[in-house]
Amino acid sequence: MRTTQEDHDATNAYQSLADTVGHDDPRWAFGTGVEDVQAEITSPVPDGVDAADLARYCLMLGDDALICAQRLAEWVSNAPELEEEVALANTALDLLGQARVLLARAGHVEGSGTGTARDEDALAYLRAEPEFRNVALAELPDSLDFGRAIARLLVFSTWRLALLHRLLASRDPVLAAVAGKGVKELAYHRDYAARWTLRLGDGTPESHRRMQAAVDAVWPYVEELFRTSDVERRLVGAGVAVDPADVRAEVDGVLDEVLSRATLTRPTVPPAGTVGGRGGRQGAHTEHLGHVLAELQSLARQHPGASW
Amino acid sequence: MSGAVTGVASAREVVAEVLDPEMPMLTLDDLGVVRGVQVDGDSVTVTITPTYSGCPAIEAMRDDIRARLTEAGYDRVEVRTVLSPAWSTDWISPAGLAKLAEHGIAPPGRVPPRAAGPIPLALSAPTAVVRCPRCGSPATEELSRFGPTACTALRRCTACREPFEHVKEI
Repeated sequence: MRTTQEDHDATNAYQSLADTVGHDDPRWAFGTGVEDVQAEITSPVPDGVDAADLARYCLMLGDDALICAQRLAEWVSNAPELEEEVALANTALDLLGQARVLLARAGHVEGSGTGTARDEDALAYLRAEPEFRNVALAELPDSLDFGRAIARLLVFSTWRLALLHRLLASRDPVLAAVAGKGVKELAYHRDYAARWTLRLGDGTPESHRRMQAAVDAVWPYVEELFRTSDVERRLVGAGVAVDPADVRAEVDGVLDEVLSRATLTRPTVPPAGTVGGRGGRQGAHTEHLGHVLAELQSLARQHPGASW
Repeated sequence: MSGAVTGVASAREVVAEVLDPEMPMLTLDDLGVVRGVQVDGDSVTVTITPTYSGCPAIEAMRDDIRARLTEAGYDRVEVRTVLSPAWSTDWISPAGLAKLAEHGIAPPGRVPPRAAGPIPLALSAPTAVVRCPRCGSPATEELSRFGPTACTALRRCTACREPFEHVKEI
């Protein structure tokens, strides 16, 4: 027979939460906290591939997704309508899922042989700004301007979909697996962003003005997306990576189609986001990444190893 | 009697009956996410695949599988996830499709074969007919591509005016 105390506990949300995780060990409060036994992560590094390069490449693609997801998540409780909040949060969640696998793979490959593997949480929460390898486009602030969020997502998802579509043939099984799931997700993200670009660009004079301003604001950061880093160049030769320069024509074609249908003008602006030839892929970031990381990491850094 | 001695079929059956945490009218078997159940003495290794990359339900599935197998007498349970090949809504069983419809969720259609080359841009809402799960009318419209869970879109029936969820084809 149940005691009064147990009856009381049954209506206690915190108690029921504890019950559902009762079979698990304590979880780290700020990480995923779950020992994720992902079959592919521990696959051997393909023959002829430099482990350090592969780890760095996984970080690049993982950090793009992680930082973009964090920016999208800023819209939770701030979006203009509930439906858009749900859409942006779902998009962020897909990217976060891709980031988790890529960071876990980076940590595993980086630590293989040395016994010092960092897990996905250590890589997300405990790296400093110059250790991040994402492109500047991912870290730009939206400043709660919905048009900016859509413009960035349109460019980011179009570019990433083109990359991942080619990565389906990667010799690295983790990159190929992430691509296999990612192309389906990114096709939805791109369609969502493209439809909003049409609706706002070809809408009222005010929505047109603001959507054009948003496209103008993100456009200087498009050029960086097609720069090939030394790491990528070496891995392309090994059949593992995609040369971002190769996706330019496809990405341009899609963006031109969307912009023209949306009655928007393709900006002609000088590129930004790189300094002295160094950009996000080399760990050189805009002033915005520090703010993203402060929000992303501060709790985990203030309470290292905290669990619940 | 220990569950372990009842063998593979038993562990497989236990796992098959675990419910999906987000669409609890479906079992994990209906959803098509169980890739394998291997029994070795009193230890079991279960392999599942996530629906979407970031689907938070995967952790609840893992906890539930572990809990049910532990109750069934398996002392050591490992739940592994495998990403490739990527899950598709085509893997939802016919029984699962029927259960979704019974519970007011429009089931996914078949995923169309993908042509070679770049994935085409879709600038307007999908034109495939999605019937209202309540009144059966084909006159429904998409409200939002993203519903309350990663795998659903929001739609509305223009005949009976009811909003409903639709499991997106992926």
